[in-house]
Amino acid sequence: MREIYFDNNATTKVDEAVFEEMRPYFCELYGNPSSMHFFGGQVQKKVDEARGRVARLLGAEPSEIVFTACGTESDNAAIRSALEVFPERRHIITTRVEHPAVLTQCRNLVKKGYRVTELNVDGEGRLDLNELRSAVDEDTAIVSVMYANNETGVVFPIEEIGAIVKEKGKGALFHTDAVQAVGKIPLDMPTSTIDLLSLSGHKLHAPKGIGALYLRKGVPFRPLLVGGHQEKNRRAGTENTAGIIALGKACELAHQHMDDENTRVKGMRDRLEKELLALIPAARINGGEAVRLPNTLSIAFEYVEGEAILLLLSEKGICASSGSACTSGSLEPSHVLRAMGVPFTCAHGSIRFSLSRFNTDHEIDTVIAELPPIIRRLRDISPFGRELLK
Amino acid sequence: MWDYTDKVKEHFMNPRNVGEIVDADAIGEVGSLACGDALKLYLKLDDNKELIVDAKFQTFGCGSAIASSSALTEMIKGKTLDEALAVTNQEIADFLGGLPEEKMHCSVMGQEALEAAIAKYRGAPVPTHGHGHEEQEGEIVCKCFGLTDGFLRKVIASNKLHTAEQVTHFTKAGGACGGCIPKIKEIIAEVLGEQKEEAPKRPEKLTNLRKMQLIQEVLENEVRPQLWADGGDLELVDIAGNVVQIAFRKACAGCASSGYTAKFVEQKLRDMVSTDIIVEEVDGQ
Repeated sequence: MREIYFDNNATTKVDEAVFEEMRPYFCELYGNPSSMHFFGGQVQKKVDEARGRVARLLGAEPSEIVFTACGTESDNAAIRSALEVFPERRHIITTRVEHPAVLTQCRNLVKKGYRVTELNVDGEGRLDLNELRSAVDEDTAIVSVMYANNETGVVFPIEEIGAIVKEKGKGALFHTDAVQAVGKIPLDMPTSTIDLLSLSGHKLHAPKGIGALYLRKGVPFRPLLVGGHQEKNRRAGTENTAGIIALGKACELAHQHMDDENTRVKGMRDRLEKELLALIPAARINGGEAVRLPNTLSIAFEYVEGEAILLLLSEKGICASSGSACTSGSLEPSHVLRAMGVPFTCAHGSIRFSLSRFNTDHEIDTVIAELPPIIRRLRDISPFGRELLK
Repeated sequence: MWDYTDKVKEHFMNPRNVGEIVDADAIGEVGSLACGDALKLYLKLDDNKELIVDAKFQTFGCGSAIASSSALTEMIKGKTLDEALAVTNQEIADFLGGLPEEKMHCSVMGQEALEAAIAKYRGAPVPTHGHGHEEQEGEIVCKCFGLTDGFLRKVIASNKLHTAEQVTHFTKAGGACGGCIPKIKEIIAEVLGEQKEEAPKRPEKLTNLRKMQLIQEVLENEVRPQLWADGGDLELVDIAGNVVQIAFRKACAGCASSGYTAKFVEQKLRDMVSTDIIVEEVDGQ
């Protein structure tokens, strides 16, 4: 069965051009870029080129890019570094809807005696900037707020947030986990308030196992991994050369496709959203009133459970994900939907479709045709919401 | 993705006996929208009101919840009420070729609905685990899912569960905020009649001075970090012989389950310092 892939916020297909770019760096050009011979040196040149390509997507300087193994590592490195840079500061600010890569770390730090403020969101997933304003103080080491939410696609006003951090924070650092935003939202570091930014290769058509941390020039930094002198002593460990080269190519392509993401891809998402709302009663969009990523649709269907929807979609070859408890092995619905106060009648039946430039109108048509009968079928089995069947 | 057996998938894709029985003799309902799964079971009895001649269900839930409901109805049709009552949750899981352990609560839900339906029909107290029903077995242990100790004891005993994680997989208890996990561990120990494992760290003989030092170390390194995780804290007020006086702070102060927390502290000190320690909660202000 050919997959109809609408789970691009989970991971993406490696672009064939990206794969071709990285292919020689396994069996042929396998040298270590640190080596003092021509064979390593030619890989070093290619790594430098990749660094330049990643930097260009952010409008940054190549020296501000540190390659890591994944978005999670970048997030961990950013927060750990800030705490080491400011050992006397014991306060961290983040949000209740953050990815676990940030949130779990912050909650572990509470156990070590740090004070962590988790900013609330409203019913549409939006932050209250006044809450941030009153939370930032001279004890704050770092503010870590995601650029765009992986589950709902809600985009936070990052520059406004950064401005508040700079105004109130007495030098507190500002980090953003931008793994979902990079390649979809134009970034320009020279005019930005961001000090540190995490990105991940596999969310933008590079392979898994490669990420990067943007580190603004002049921002003090302490490495998470220590050892060799790689990445200018900011991240020890032999470079994942093929991954780095792939990420460079993927960033170059993301730059070229940014308009497509915000026009054609957004158009497909909008059509999917509109048609599903028209065809399925008791459905609502999570974060529908907020500014959202162009590719993400989180839609809740009352009185049915998400895992059951996903299994039936999967039978039709359609790959999506859910905010339901049962899919994750946890027993509560997604922390993001709960933070938004999405009622339980909806939270368990929330499905996320996340698109990419590889999706087609025909695939959207397939979902529009297949999903309404699936919801009807599950509501027919459910003891709740039976009035909807009439 | 869950590793469901073909039989689970088949019963999910083609569930048997979906729907309601308008003139049902017995109806059992468990679960809720908030919990993420719910099952309403309908039974139709023969003229002697002894044999189950038809069973239907309505389920809100995941794939394995729907498959378990379907399996349950197939298993009990043709059984007498007493025979049906003997069906265990493990037999429901076995009928389906097994369930992932994290999904065993789906089979428990089926068994519970059956029990509730039959009890209600017979006019007996409905042995619910607390989902807003009128009668409950004992006190609520898991506040998030509203589960009582009576229900947990039954599931632990009949499935021979040994760890809190297993209890979560079978009942959901402790699967949300996790606040009741220490209590679940106590219940497991009681049910299985097992002695808590002897902690290897506990020293043989102690001078008073060393004992006091150890108590402080255990509180600092083992106990307080766990309380911090839930926003609580405690303060060591005094040590007099074997009596350790503590005062709760932050979220622990005035917390309804501070009694459990004090027991947890005592157990920790008994495990790691000396078996004769008694913990007293005092107002340390």
